[in-house]
Amino acid sequence: MSTTSTTEESTAPAQAPAVPRAPSRTGDITRRLLGTRRVLVGLALLLLLTALALAGPLLTGWGVGERDFSAMLEGPSPEHWMGTNRTGQDILTQTTAGLRRSLLIGLLVALLSTGAAAVVGAFAGYLGGVTDRALTWIADLALVLPGFVILAILSEHFAGRGGWLVLVVLLAAFSWMVTSKMVRGLTVSLREREYVQAARFMGVPPHRIILRHVLPNMSSLLIADATIMVSTAVIGETALSYFGLGVRSPDISLGVVIADGAPFATTAPWVFALPTALLIVMVLAVNMVGDGLRDALDPHSTSHRS
Amino acid sequence: MSTDTAETTGAAHADSTGRPPVLEVTDLAVTFPGRRGGPDVHAVRGVGYTVGRGEVLGIVGESGSGKSVSSMAAMGLLPEHTRITGSVRLHGEEILGLDDRAMARKRGRVISMVFQDPLSGLTPVYTVGDQLAEAVLVHDPTAPKAGARARAVELLELVGIPNAEQRYRSFPHEFSGGMRQRVMIAMAMANRPDVIICDEPTTALDVTIQAQILDLLRTARRETGAAIVLITHDLGVVAGFADRVLVMYAGRPVETGGVDDVYHRSRMPYTMGLLGAVPRMDPEHQGALVPIEGTPPSLSAPPPGCPFAPRCPIALPECDMVEPGLLAVGSQPRREEIRARGAGAAPSGVRDGGTGTQRAACIRSGEIAEQGWTAQDIYPVPDIPERSLSAVRREDRPEVLRVTDLVKHHPLMRGAVLKRRVGTVYAVDGIDFDIREGETLALVGESGCGKSSTLMEIMELGRPQRGSVSVMGRDTAVLGRAGRFRLRRDVQIVFQDPMSSLDPRMTVFDIIAEPLRTHGAPPADVTRRVYGLLGLVGLGTEHATRFPAEFSGGQRQRIGIARALAPEPGLLVLDEPVSALDVSVQAGVVNLLKGLQARLGLSYLFVSHDLSVVRYIADRVAVMYLGRIVEIGDTASVHARPAHPYTRALLSAVPIPDPERERARTHVVLEGDPPSPADPPSGCRFRTRCQKFATLSEPDRERCVSTEPRVEPTGGDHAVACHFARRRAGS
Repeated sequence: MSTTSTTEESTAPAQAPAVPRAPSRTGDITRRLLGTRRVLVGLALLLLLTALALAGPLLTGWGVGERDFSAMLEGPSPEHWMGTNRTGQDILTQTTAGLRRSLLIGLLVALLSTGAAAVVGAFAGYLGGVTDRALTWIADLALVLPGFVILAILSEHFAGRGGWLVLVVLLAAFSWMVTSKMVRGLTVSLREREYVQAARFMGVPPHRIILRHVLPNMSSLLIADATIMVSTAVIGETALSYFGLGVRSPDISLGVVIADGAPFATTAPWVFALPTALLIVMVLAVNMVGDGLRDALDPHSTSHRS
Repeated sequence: MSTDTAETTGAAHADSTGRPPVLEVTDLAVTFPGRRGGPDVHAVRGVGYTVGRGEVLGIVGESGSGKSVSSMAAMGLLPEHTRITGSVRLHGEEILGLDDRAMARKRGRVISMVFQDPLSGLTPVYTVGDQLAEAVLVHDPTAPKAGARARAVELLELVGIPNAEQRYRSFPHEFSGGMRQRVMIAMAMANRPDVIICDEPTTALDVTIQAQILDLLRTARRETGAAIVLITHDLGVVAGFADRVLVMYAGRPVETGGVDDVYHRSRMPYTMGLLGAVPRMDPEHQGALVPIEGTPPSLSAPPPGCPFAPRCPIALPECDMVEPGLLAVGSQPRREEIRARGAGAAPSGVRDGGTGTQRAACIRSGEIAEQGWTAQDIYPVPDIPERSLSAVRREDRPEVLRVTDLVKHHPLMRGAVLKRRVGTVYAVDGIDFDIREGETLALVGESGCGKSSTLMEIMELGRPQRGSVSVMGRDTAVLGRAGRFRLRRDVQIVFQDPMSSLDPRMTVFDIIAEPLRTHGAPPADVTRRVYGLLGLVGLGTEHATRFPAEFSGGQRQRIGIARALAPEPGLLVLDEPVSALDVSVQAGVVNLLKGLQARLGLSYLFVSHDLSVVRYIADRVAVMYLGRIVEIGDTASVHARPAHPYTRALLSAVPIPDPERERARTHVVLEGDPPSPADPPSGCRFRTRCQKFATLSEPDRERCVSTEPRVEPTGGDHAVACHFARRRAGS
């Protein structure tokens, strides 16, 4: 790149009649994203999990709530491929049905929570003044509220069909604050960067500056936060379910299955092993995609580009 | 031809060569092993020098030339995985490879170092005095505490800290940058070492403070009789201070010799280029700046031949065959010999420690000496189109920017919950100036004088706290939102730091396109214009898809300029655009700015602390001190006949890269640091440091203390704010 660097006698713009086409940033990122093996493996795993979640209950022939009173807490057999639990429910059916819900909850909570954190933190940090004080106050308030208790109380009212969606919103509503504070701090330092000032001086409106310059420059933080959030949400939902406050039967989630199986982890491992393994694979896959996305967005991490 | 040169310099340095040298570095090579299977980085190759007692050796080079690494290696401060070969002798004793404990006994007592950054050189949680006393105690733990304390106070006095007894108990953050650097020097002198290595000791400081520190280093040399190795990128600093100079390039010494020889009779094209690239305070001695094109080679895979050959305007095919040794001028092997030996042969010739003889690592050094070539002869002098300003008188040209009585005060707040105002920072306190079409006004002053605050106030295009700003004849205070947005196209800014002024996540194309897209240009126009702008600033179309991190500092600054030019502004605000760049690159950017101005008829508001760059680029100059303009006028007359004592001191503090003239000059060294802008002195703000004030009679002084001088014209395009300014004859 040094060969054409400091030519004083620059060529006049008119000399280049064949104007090359403008490079496309999103295309570039997609290409790089799909060029990484980690991302492909992660995406494949996620797809596989989704397929399993959708097809699982159909494969076994057992219903989600159905009990086999002839086989209670029995190991894998031709009847029940992954065994049954204490009440005679088929583990594979239970797990895959639960996975469907948990996948949705995990991804949605991560998206909502990180999105809210990014927006609130960035606007508070960038705009400052009254906006900052108001948004910081809301975040502080949300932090001191006993989220678990409120969730417990509210979930009474939202039990039943579609209740899990409310659960998603509530889980997200109580998990964005700490990240938003980090985002705010970063934004305050990014706001003083000269490229942000340059954008301001060329008349770019604040919301565009935040979306174009501020948030992309903290994408590593946001992606890391979102990937952690996926597992936190699934586990948080598990905790709620353990107390009978999260997903309620007949609805089922991975958390419920794990919570049910936990006491038998040593005596009847099949009850516990499969749902836990699926949870680990799911978090791993999300992490892989997140890592790849972070690298694709970060120009420093790639040295061999045309 | 070269023999007489060698003889005269040999005679001049007979005393230093006669005695055994204090520090002797021979054939030093430093290699950083490549990380994660990457190639090794050969940071330093074959560096050798000697310094005798009381001698000053200047090591000059651009960033990445290995000048700091070589001295860190001598101090034993490099990480353990570094591979260091060669020899470093202190009083004849080999210190390379000594273990850390043995080396720690030498450090500070025999050899000590002053670092570049005085802000991070001191521990913030201990008082300055205790840190200084520790430096004394660490080599003599049996010494009484009180004695170390007394010595620390004595040292503080020696380096010119006022009220040393009280300041002993100050913490580092209570000291200004210049004072901290004084403490660092005091620490380096604490145990009367025989060698002091100064790594860019003045780079982070203002010129007037730099002059103080250089004075102090002279004192240190006199007091301790130590040899000083002064590492710097500033050719001016070395010129007046060093006895001998070593020029480094890509980890190699490329020229060495007495300071007069190297400056006046440079025999290595790189040195010649460096000297040609520095803007001079005496422009009658200089035509256009001569930039060195290209970038230094990669240190992980240096070329087989001369490392400078790819950038050298007089390179021959033989230059690429074998790396030339550092030999006396004229004693390089002939071209035929090199060809006969073929590529890959080891560089021949003796490479001893180094005496006063001038030597250059260039196979054409003899030829250069014979022909008496200078930078202008061998480098293609850039052709900068002349501006057609002189045709129209200044008064008749339209006004691009007018600033009237501009004020920017920041409140000083105290308290966490209940904030209360405890004072005011008078960042900008009533300044007036105007810029006409096609001209350049430079705003100069030390850090904290309010230059940047002025720029920000102008760029905001809002209603100032007091006074008015009008751009293109439109008062910014009465603009609506849409009007302000439209006016933003006319004023654009180029920032100082090329690292942080470009969004690292955007491609160069998107960066330059941003202002165009913001102002609603159709996509086809954007593409065409971005590639046009890339060409205009000397970059290629292939650069468009890259990210800023892949460019060198100079190239990034060019991208910044292209972005600023995208909306076709009439006024370009340049906030120290070249101060973060190496000299050779700086020349290219300065020339680019001059060329663009001539071609596009731009007006510049050029903010700088570097008076020599200002002298070269600006038509008019305004000198700021503590939020006020103290002198304004056309550059030639301000430089030639500075009327304000502050301007005179500033000009005098700038070192000239010319050893003879530099030694002959008498410097006006300002005392102390600038007062805080939160608490400016009454009356004339400069009186506390004014050398003229000291010579005035009592009633005259009274006037300075009580009445603030206004900016009054002294005749011609020149105005000054001083009650006792030198009036021009007849006005």
